[in-house]
Amino acid sequence: MDVLKKVPVREQDPKVRATNFEEVCLGYNSEEAMEEASRCINCKNAQCMKGCPVAINIPGFIEQVKNGDFNKAYEIISESSALPAVCGRVCPQESQCEGKCIRGIKGEPISIGKLERFVADYASEHGVKPAGAKEKKGQKVAVIGSGPAGLTCAGDLAKMGYDVTIFEALHQAGGVLVYGIPEFRLPKEKVVAKEIENVKSLGVKIETNVVVGKSVTVDELLTDEGFDAVFIGSGAGLPKFMGIPGENANGVFSANEYLTRSNLMKAFDENSTTPIMHAKKVAVVGGGNVAMDAARTALRLGAEVHVVYRRSEEELPARVEEVHHAKEEGIIFNLLTNPVEILTDENGWVKGIKCIRMELGEPDESGRRSPVEIPGSEFEIEVDAVIMALGTSPNPLISSTTKGLEVNKRKCIVAEEEFGKTSKTGVYAGGDAVTGAATVILAMGAGKNAAKGIDEYLRGLR
Amino acid sequence: MYQILKAEELTTNIFLMVVKAPRVAKSCLPGQFVIVRTKEDSERIPLTICDYDRQEGTITIVFQIVGAGTMFMSSLKAGDSFADFVGPLGCPSEFCNEPLSELKKKSILFVAGGVGTAPVYPQVKWLKEQGVLADVIVGAKTKDLLILEKEMEAEAGNLYITTDDGSYGRSGMVTKTIEDLVNEGKHYDVCVAIGPMIMMKFVCKLTKELGIPTVVSLNPIMVDGTGMCGACRVTVGDKVKFACVDGPEFDGHLVNFDEAMKRQTLYKTAEGRAFLAAKEGDTHHGGCGNCN
Repeated sequence: MDVLKKVPVREQDPKVRATNFEEVCLGYNSEEAMEEASRCINCKNAQCMKGCPVAINIPGFIEQVKNGDFNKAYEIISESSALPAVCGRVCPQESQCEGKCIRGIKGEPISIGKLERFVADYASEHGVKPAGAKEKKGQKVAVIGSGPAGLTCAGDLAKMGYDVTIFEALHQAGGVLVYGIPEFRLPKEKVVAKEIENVKSLGVKIETNVVVGKSVTVDELLTDEGFDAVFIGSGAGLPKFMGIPGENANGVFSANEYLTRSNLMKAFDENSTTPIMHAKKVAVVGGGNVAMDAARTALRLGAEVHVVYRRSEEELPARVEEVHHAKEEGIIFNLLTNPVEILTDENGWVKGIKCIRMELGEPDESGRRSPVEIPGSEFEIEVDAVIMALGTSPNPLISSTTKGLEVNKRKCIVAEEEFGKTSKTGVYAGGDAVTGAATVILAMGAGKNAAKGIDEYLRGLR
Repeated sequence: MYQILKAEELTTNIFLMVVKAPRVAKSCLPGQFVIVRTKEDSERIPLTICDYDRQEGTITIVFQIVGAGTMFMSSLKAGDSFADFVGPLGCPSEFCNEPLSELKKKSILFVAGGVGTAPVYPQVKWLKEQGVLADVIVGAKTKDLLILEKEMEAEAGNLYITTDDGSYGRSGMVTKTIEDLVNEGKHYDVCVAIGPMIMMKFVCKLTKELGIPTVVSLNPIMVDGTGMCGACRVTVGDKVKFACVDGPEFDGHLVNFDEAMKRQTLYKTAEGRAFLAAKEGDTHHGGCGNCN
C-alpha cells in the first residue's frame, strides 16, 4: 500500500454507465474503508474540520473506522450532520475537508468523502438510526422547504426537542436532492429517501403540497397556526435564460425542467407518465454542476452531448470529479464558446445553435478572466435540443408575501451569516434562498447555524 | 390524500369533481389554479379552479380528457382520492385587487369557450358577490358540449350562449357574438377571454380593433407550477414571462399566441402515444400514423 495515495474507489465502467442511471461510484467496502482510514495521521489541530461547513469531527469518526467500529463512527458523524450519505456523495470535498488535509501536502489527501459515505451506507444497511431528543420543549417551529437546508435545520431542532413541521411545495420531500441531482450521482430510494426517514424518525413532520406564500403565508404560520419560529430554506428559484433569439423554441429547456422531469418525475424510465424529449444531439449551455448533471442525463437518454461554456476548462465551476466523469462518458466540451442564437425550423423546433468563439481577457469581479468575443468567429452546431444551465434568480413567492422580510438588490432574503436571523422577528433563513445557487453542504451549514439561532431565540421566549 | 366528494361527467369527455383540499380552499381566489397528481406515479396536471367552498374546505375542478393522464383521472369516483393536490398557484385575477368603487363603474364582458367556461365561472361569481354584474358569452361547438349553463345564468348579468353549429342559442363563433353585442350598442371597458388558444387569439384580434382591453388566461405546459422549471414561459410584449408565477392571466393584446400554440405541441407526440397505449393496450405498437 502506498500511503501517499488514496485507496482507489470502484466505479461503474464509463461505457456501461453511459447507458444506465445506476450510481457511478460504487463506494468502499469495509476492508477498503479501514485501509483508507489507516492513512489518517489523526492531527491534533485537525485542519479538515475547519474546511467542513458543519464541522464534523472528522479525525474522530475516521479513528472509529480504523478500529472497525462503524456504529460509533456513525454516531460521531450524526452529531454534526443530518445527511451523511448525501454529503459523502455530493460535497465538493476537494475544496473543503480534503482540500485542507495535511496528507494532501505531500501526496493525496484522505478520501474523507468516500469514508463518510461508507459509514452512512453501513448505518443505513444495518438499520442504525440517529439518536433523538431526550425531552420535548413544547415550542413549534415551521421549516419551509425540505431540501438540504430545511432537513438539516429541522433535524437539529428536533434533536434539541422542538416540535418541527416541514412544509414542502412539491409532492415529495428532498428539494434539490430529489428534483435536481440525478439518480446516477445520488440514488433516490437507497440514499435520499432513507436520509429523510432518519430525519422523520427524530419526530419531524413533513407536509407536502404546501406552497408557502400561496397556500399559507409566513405571517399566517406565526399567527394562525401557532408556530413560534420559522426557518426559510426555500431554495434557489427561477431558472435564468440568456435572452437570445430562438430561446422559446420547442426543444429549449431550462436544466431545472429537464432534470425535474428526469429525476423527480422519473421520465428517464420509459414507463413514466411524464414525458421528456429524447433528443439526438443536445447542447448544454453552462459549466456548473447542474450543467454536468443535465449533460450526463441527456447522454444516458441517448443523445450526443455538447457542453457549451464561454470560459476555458480552468474556470469550469463544476467539481473536477464531475467534469472528469462527464469526459469519461463521452461528453464533448465546446469551451470558450458562447451561444448567440438558437436556430429553428419552420415549425418552431430547434435545429441548431449559433455560437461565437471567445478568448479570455482581464479578470472580472469574480476573479476569473472574463471571456471576450472574437469578432467574425460565429459558427453553428447542429442540435435538436438546447438545455440552459445558467443558474437561477430568487423566487419572490415568500419574500413578496411576508411582511417586514428584507431582501437585497439581487432579491435574495437578507439573513445574518452567523445564525441566519432575518429582518423579521422569529424568522430565520438559509441556503440558496439567501446566497443564490450554491452547494448542498453550504445550505446544510446555514440550516445548522439557523437551528442554533432559533434555539437561542426560543429559549428567550420561554 | 385528497378525497373526491363528488364526480360527474358534465358532457362527453368533460368532468367535474369536488375535492377536499382545505388549505387551497382557504386561500384561493378567482384566476388561480391547482396542480394535481392522480396517483403516486402520475404526472403533475395543472387545472384551473372552477369553484371553492371555504367552509367545507373544498375545491371544484373541471377538466377535459386530452391524454392518458386526464383519461385515467376521469375514471376516479366519489370516495376515491387524489395523491396530490397543490395550490392555489398563480396570481388572482387583476380585479380582485382593484378598489371596489372603481370596479363598480366598469362594464365587464367575459368570453368563455368550451372547457374555459369553468375558470370564468368563479370570476363572474366573485364579481356578483361584490355587487358587480358582468355580461358573459359562452361558446361551444354544439349544444351537447355546453357546460355549467344554469350555474352561469345564476351569476351573470346577461348570459349569451352561442354554438358553432347553431344547435343552441346564437349561431357562430364567440367573436360573432362580441361583434353583434357591440353593434347593438353595448359598451365594454374590459374583456376577459378564456378558452382554447385559437379562440383567445381571435377574440384578442377583434377586441384590439374594437379598443377593448382584454385579459386572457393561459394554460401552457408546466411541471412544478412554482416558477422553478420555466417550461411555461410565454412572450408577452417584448418580455418572457412564466405563466405559473407571473400569470396565468396576461394582457391578451400583448401575448404571442403563435409561439404559445407551437409550444403546446411540444410533447404532443409523446402524449398521443401514451394515450393510445393506454386506450389500446397491447394492441398499440406505434407506426399507425395516428399518434403524430
